[in-house]
Amino acid sequence: MVRIGAFLVGLFFAGWLVVSFLMGAVAYVSEPPQPTAEHEFHKAPRHVNFSFDGPVGSYDRAQLQRGFQVFKEVCSACHSLKFVAFRDLQAIGYNEAEVKAIAKQWAIKAPDVDPKTGEMAGRDPVPSDYFPKPFANNVAAAAANNNAIPPDLSLMTKARHHGSAYVYSLLTGYQKQPADLLKHFPDAKTPQGLHYNPYFPNLNLAMAPPLTAEGQVTYGDGTKSTVDQMAQDVSAFLTWTAEPKLENRHRAGWATIFFLLIATVLAYLSYQNIWAEKKKA
Amino acid sequence: MSFPWAEHYAPKHPVMQWVDERLPLPRLVYNAIGAGYPVPRNLNYFWNFGVLAGLALVIQIVTGVIMAMHYGANTLVAFGSVEQTMRDVNAGWLMRYAHANGASFFFIVVYLHIFRGLFYGSYKAPREMVWLLGLVIFLLMMATAFMGYVLPWGQMSYWGAKVITGLFGAIPVVGEPIQTWLLGGFAPGNASLNRFFSLHFLLPFVIAGVIILHIWSLHIPGSNNPTGVDVKGPQDTVPFHPYYTAKDGFGAGVFLILFAILLFFAPNYLGHADNYIEANPLSTPAHIVPEWYFWPFYAILRAFTVDFFFVPAKLLGVLAMFASILLLFFLPWLDNSPVRSGNYRPTFKKFFWILVIDVLILGYCGGAPAEEPYVMISQVASAYYFAHFLIILPLIARFEKPLPLPGSITEAVLNRSYIEGEQNALPGMGSDPQPSNAG
Repeated sequence: MVRIGAFLVGLFFAGWLVVSFLMGAVAYVSEPPQPTAEHEFHKAPRHVNFSFDGPVGSYDRAQLQRGFQVFKEVCSACHSLKFVAFRDLQAIGYNEAEVKAIAKQWAIKAPDVDPKTGEMAGRDPVPSDYFPKPFANNVAAAAANNNAIPPDLSLMTKARHHGSAYVYSLLTGYQKQPADLLKHFPDAKTPQGLHYNPYFPNLNLAMAPPLTAEGQVTYGDGTKSTVDQMAQDVSAFLTWTAEPKLENRHRAGWATIFFLLIATVLAYLSYQNIWAEKKKA
Repeated sequence: MSFPWAEHYAPKHPVMQWVDERLPLPRLVYNAIGAGYPVPRNLNYFWNFGVLAGLALVIQIVTGVIMAMHYGANTLVAFGSVEQTMRDVNAGWLMRYAHANGASFFFIVVYLHIFRGLFYGSYKAPREMVWLLGLVIFLLMMATAFMGYVLPWGQMSYWGAKVITGLFGAIPVVGEPIQTWLLGGFAPGNASLNRFFSLHFLLPFVIAGVIILHIWSLHIPGSNNPTGVDVKGPQDTVPFHPYYTAKDGFGAGVFLILFAILLFFAPNYLGHADNYIEANPLSTPAHIVPEWYFWPFYAILRAFTVDFFFVPAKLLGVLAMFASILLLFFLPWLDNSPVRSGNYRPTFKKFFWILVIDVLILGYCGGAPAEEPYVMISQVASAYYFAHFLIILPLIARFEKPLPLPGSITEAVLNRSYIEGEQNALPGMGSDPQPSNAG
């Protein structure tokens, strides 16, 4: 009985799947899926070498500080960094006094209430504050940015595939829409107010090119601030904001694996030892 | 327990004697996973995965309980509380990554454990109950993993919850009320998150309970072995401890090394980038995919694209997806070949490997976007999946001529070529299975 029932159920599912397949195959052959502009012109992020790549990678503090400078002078005008606090900057090489000064001089006030009146009021941030948001809320953010809300950047490099390379590629990838694209997909012309960027999934990005000219940021450490350099530095900084414990993780990883290798070799030897008699028999 | 020659628990220390007389718990452990459990001497490394699955559960419970101390089950704070754990809790990043990757490793070892059972016929008499309880554990694991994935309240959490509870919405008439009841609302929200957290905390302990039953039922007939031949006498077995505890210790070491490599050097490799974006009910991700361990079933769900008369394709997909797991409960009665081990079943072996490749293809298609040619490939692969279990296996059991079985486990061990089976079989040799194997 079980087998007869199973046979019928199996015949139904398998049979209907084959029917579905045939119908799909006929449709596929008679009307092959049309290529889309996104499919043809979207590019995978460009390869870029970072100091934190690989199992022994670690952050380059000078690069993170440069990247922070780019974030501070360019990105932070529109983008929040809500999971990072000023105090966290000590991890990229600023001392306590420097962090205090950075917080105090931050262009955006920390939201608070006036202790006398209870009215909403801003005050100078302190190290324990998280980076204040540039817009009071999403409505304000959308209103100021052509209806596109600038996303929070704390986790950006983990929220995209190959995030560090993606951020770098996006920042350096703005270009004129290729003539080839317009020839094949006349409807795919970049709309007014958007910007063509082949590294963005739907090719048209609301964000105007943020890094436009060499020397846009004057680096404190004298590094030449080409667009490429700034893009790399800010990608590194955002990798740190997304994964601040990367170095702890790599160190702990090597120690753990070293310990486990020894333990496993010992376990293997004791296994062989215990079985020696039985294996002979 | 299972065999008369099993060693008896005889505590020497007076304290242990005192305890044993009043609460024979040490005796229970001794008989379950100690020297009191005789196990076939010829088990290969595929028999390590049961213990490894237990280890994975322990890792999940320990890291999970610690994570729960820092988690806020509220849609307003859930995402941030997980980030807080990653950034400001001592070793919080370690707990979080160990828990997320631990789930993947749990499924890896459980899939290998199921693979072992399927190939060596461990589901057959007299071990049907072991198999059925194992499937209950598997279902509980899937429910637990699904609800756990919702807790960080990222984009995939939210949309995954929406899609999976939407499956119930495909049921005619009562579907939508059921979906609303499950979610505690019309869309995933605070009520859903709270109940998922509560159940996600509860179910691992239910799993632990069913594991006890799983092991209990295993100890009635004793473990299967690569020949599938029954244990004949004391010469066929060794005590679980120290022989298999030592082997499992080595296996656990290898498991932990592989786990550590992923956990410390590529902790987000198996995850989805979209889950680092906080849940947004107004923005649907381009491709909604579950975690990799659900991909084969997700491919079956999406393979149904054509309505069957009045039955909508979506409902068919849901039925097929549940059927793809539920049919495994009937496996002991679908495959009624008296020979257990696939090593002695030439036809079964060929189809078995086709099934393995088929499931891998389904997995690949389940992770791919719902576009051609992936849908067509999953249709063919799903058709084979159902045909394999429901049509082909019963037919093989009826018509296959198995290879000659070794007389006993010891004979197989002494003449290792027997274990390879196929190579040793002379053409035209008697192929009747030994009655001893008819379980």
